[in-house]
Amino acid sequence: MSTAEIIARCQALYDDLDFTSAREWKNADPKRKVIGYMPVYVPREIIHAAGMLPLGILGGGDQMEVIHGDAYYQSYICRIPRSTIELGLTKKLDFVDGMLFPSICDVIRNLSGMWQLMFPDTYVRYFDVPQTYQDHIAGEYYIEELKELMAGLEKLGGVTITAEALRESTAIYNENRRLINAVYDFRAKQPSKAPSVEVYLLMRAGMVLPVEEHNQVLTDYLAAAAEEERPLRDNCKIVINGAFCEQPPLNLIRSIEMAGCYIVDDDYMLINRWLLDDVPLEGDPIANLSAAFLHASADTAAKYCDRAEDVGQYLLSTVKKTGAEGVIFTAPSFCDPALLERPMLADRMDEHDVPYISFKYAENSGQMQPIREQAGTFADSIKLWS
Amino acid sequence: MNATAQTEVIKDSSMLLQKTMIAENYDELTSVQETGKKVSATFVPGNLNELVMCFDMLNNLPEINAINNGMRKKSGMMVMQAEKMGHSEDVCTYVKADIGSMSRGNIAPNGKPMPPPDLLLLSYTGCFTFMKWFELLRHEYGCETAMLHVPYEGDGIVTQNMRDYVVKQIKENLIPTLEKVSGVKFDIDRLRENLRHSAKAEDDFVWVLESAKNKPSPIDAYFGGVYYIGPIFTAFRGTEKAVDYYKALRKEIEQRIAEGKGPITPEGDMKDERYRLVVEGPPNWTNFREFWKMFYEDGAVVVASTYTKVGGVYDLGFRHDPDNPIETLADYCLGCYTNRNLSQRVDMLEKYVNEYQADGLLINSIKSCNSFSAGQLLMMQEVEKRTGKPGAFIETDLVDPRYFSAANVKNRLESYFQMIEQKRQGARSAA
Repeated sequence: MSTAEIIARCQALYDDLDFTSAREWKNADPKRKVIGYMPVYVPREIIHAAGMLPLGILGGGDQMEVIHGDAYYQSYICRIPRSTIELGLTKKLDFVDGMLFPSICDVIRNLSGMWQLMFPDTYVRYFDVPQTYQDHIAGEYYIEELKELMAGLEKLGGVTITAEALRESTAIYNENRRLINAVYDFRAKQPSKAPSVEVYLLMRAGMVLPVEEHNQVLTDYLAAAAEEERPLRDNCKIVINGAFCEQPPLNLIRSIEMAGCYIVDDDYMLINRWLLDDVPLEGDPIANLSAAFLHASADTAAKYCDRAEDVGQYLLSTVKKTGAEGVIFTAPSFCDPALLERPMLADRMDEHDVPYISFKYAENSGQMQPIREQAGTFADSIKLWS
Repeated sequence: MNATAQTEVIKDSSMLLQKTMIAENYDELTSVQETGKKVSATFVPGNLNELVMCFDMLNNLPEINAINNGMRKKSGMMVMQAEKMGHSEDVCTYVKADIGSMSRGNIAPNGKPMPPPDLLLLSYTGCFTFMKWFELLRHEYGCETAMLHVPYEGDGIVTQNMRDYVVKQIKENLIPTLEKVSGVKFDIDRLRENLRHSAKAEDDFVWVLESAKNKPSPIDAYFGGVYYIGPIFTAFRGTEKAVDYYKALRKEIEQRIAEGKGPITPEGDMKDERYRLVVEGPPNWTNFREFWKMFYEDGAVVVASTYTKVGGVYDLGFRHDPDNPIETLADYCLGCYTNRNLSQRVDMLEKYVNEYQADGLLINSIKSCNSFSAGQLLMMQEVEKRTGKPGAFIETDLVDPRYFSAANVKNRLESYFQMIEQKRQGARSAA
C-alpha cells in the first residue's frame, strides 16, 4: 500500500465528524461500548481491557459550523469546548456511552460538569491525575483513581476487567507507542519523506481506530514511506509546542511546512506519546500505569513541574534530540496552560540560544497568510543568521 | 454634580476596624527585614492560615495584592507591563498584575516594598491558573515552593481517597517544608488553638451572611460582602483579631436589623430595597465603586453571592474542627466553591435564590477567570429553569480596566431590572 492510499484513509477518518468507523465498530456487537475522551491523557489501556473503544474527541475542526455551542460560551473562551458541545447537541456523539474529561484546564474541567447536566444518561468522569509525584502519596492516590475508573467502566459495560486483560492491553499500547515513536524518529531524520500533514493524519487516525488497526496503519506507513522518494526542500527544522489540546486546522500545519519549516516534533496528540517508555507487563498492571505516569511521562503545560530547573528541559531535550533549529510556540487563543507557560519556556530557549516565534490560532482559523509570512520569515532568519 | 468633587465615603465601624487590621498586616509584612519573620505567599482558596501561623510565618496573598492595586487604579499599567514582558493578553489579569507589580518594585499600599516570599505555598485548589502562576513566581524569585494538590470534586463528592491524598501531602510535605523554611517545630496544639479561633469567627461570619434573609436585607452580600470576607479569607483566619472582628460585625448588623436599616453603601444607608439579587462570579475591582453604585442607586441589593464562598463554604455547614486538625484543613481545601462541580454550584445558586427570596440570578462573568466563567451560561439556564426567576449576564474583568465598560454594564442592569418589574406585573395580573 502506498503512503497516498494510507493517508487517504486517514484523511477520510479525519473528515468524518459522524465517527462512522467507531459507530460501525460498536454496531458489530450489541455489547460493545465506546468511551470518548478529551485531551491530554487518559489511560486507554483500561478502556481497551474492558473491551471498549477509546475514542478521542478533539473538537469540531474547521469544517463544522458551531451554532448551538456558541450559546454556551463567552467570547473569551477557547473553541474546543464549544465545538465539542456542538458535536453533542447535534447527536454526532449519540453512540458514545461514556465521556472522560482529563485534568488539563478549568475549561475542560467545567465541561465535565456541563456534560453531566446536559447528557445525564452518559457515563461522565472528570479524570483527575496527581500533580505531585511521590509513589507513596501521589501514587497511592492515582492507583485508587484508576480503580474508580475501572469500577465505573465495569459497571457501565457489565464486565470485569482482569489483570490479564490489562496486561494484554498494555502490551498492545506499548506496541502502539513504539510504532508512533518510530514514525516520529523517521520524520525527524528524514522530514522530506514524512510530511507533517501526513504524520498528523496518521496520529489522528489513532484517535478513532481500534489500537490494533492503528498499529497496522503505522506499520504500513513506515514501510511505504521508507520506499518513496520525495523532493528534499531547503527547509529548516522546527519543533511545535503548545498545541496539545485544541487542534490546529490542517492548513495551518501545511502552511508552516510550505513556509520553509519542517516540523520534526510536535505535541499535537500527546496522548499517543504520553508514556515515554514501555509500561512493564510484570506485576500489578494498575501500579505499573501509575508509576509510568508519575516517573516516565511527557512534560506539558497541563502538568505541574515540581523542580524549577526542570521547566522547559523536556522541550529543550526534544530540540536537541531531533536536531531542530528552532521552536514555534503555537497555542490556541485563550489556552490558559499553554499561554501561561510560554514565557518560562521562551526564557529556557533564550538561555540555550534556541530561536523561537509564537502565534495563536483557533481550530477554525482560516486566514493562513500571516502565519505563512511569520513562519517564512522565521525560516529565512534561521537559514541566514543561525 | 461636579464630577471632580470628592464626596466623603461613608463606612461602618467594622469597615474602619478592618482597614486598621489590613494596614497593620501590611506594616508587618513590609517590616520583615527588621523582625526577621518569614513570609509565605499563598492563595485565598485553600489558604492554610492556621497552619502557616504555627511557624510564626506571615501570609502574603498575591490575589489580594492584585485586588488592592485594582481598587487603587494601579493595576492597568501593571497588566500592560506584564504583557510587554511577553505574557499573553488572554490570560488571568491577577497573574499579570502581580508580575507587573514585581517589575515596578512590588510596592505595598503603605508605600514600602513588599518582601520576596521565603516560601511559595501553592494550594492548588479550584483554579488551574494558580499552578502556573506559582511556577511563574518561582521562575522570578527562585525560592522554595511547596505544592498542595487538592483534587477537584468532579462527581460532586469528596472521596476518602481524595481526603487521604490531601492529608498525606500536608503531613509529609507541607509541614516538613514549613519547619525547614521557618526553623520552627510544628506544634499540633498550636494548630488546634488557631482552628478554635477560626470556628468561632466562622459562626459569626455565617450569621452575618444569613442576615440577608431579612427584609430589608441589612447587608449587601456582594459589594459589602467583599469587606465581610476580608479577614476570614486572608491573613486573619485563626486569629483572635478575626474573632473580635466578626463579633463586632455581628453586633453592627444586629443593630441594623433592629433599626430596620438596609445595607451600608459608600453614600450612606440604602433606603429603598427594590430588587433582591443573587450574584455569581467575582466583582470587577478597577471600577468597584462605580459598579456598586449601579446597583444601590436603583435599589438593588445582593442578598447572596458565590464569590463570598471562594475562601470557604461555611454557610453549608463546614467549620474548622480542632479535634481533627489536619483532616479539617483537607476538608476545607476540598470544599472551596470553585473546587465544586457545576451541579453543586447550580444547587447552591438555586438554594440561594429560594432561601433568600431573590428576584433572580445575575452573573458577572469575568474574562480572566475560566474557573468561574466556563459553564456559567448553562448554570444560568439551569437556575432559571429550577426557580422560575429571571437570570441576567454581564461581563467585566478582575483588574484590567480595559474590560470594564460602564455603559454596557449599566444598560444590561437596567434592562434586567425592567425584566424583573415586568415579571412582577405579570404575576400580579395572573393573581
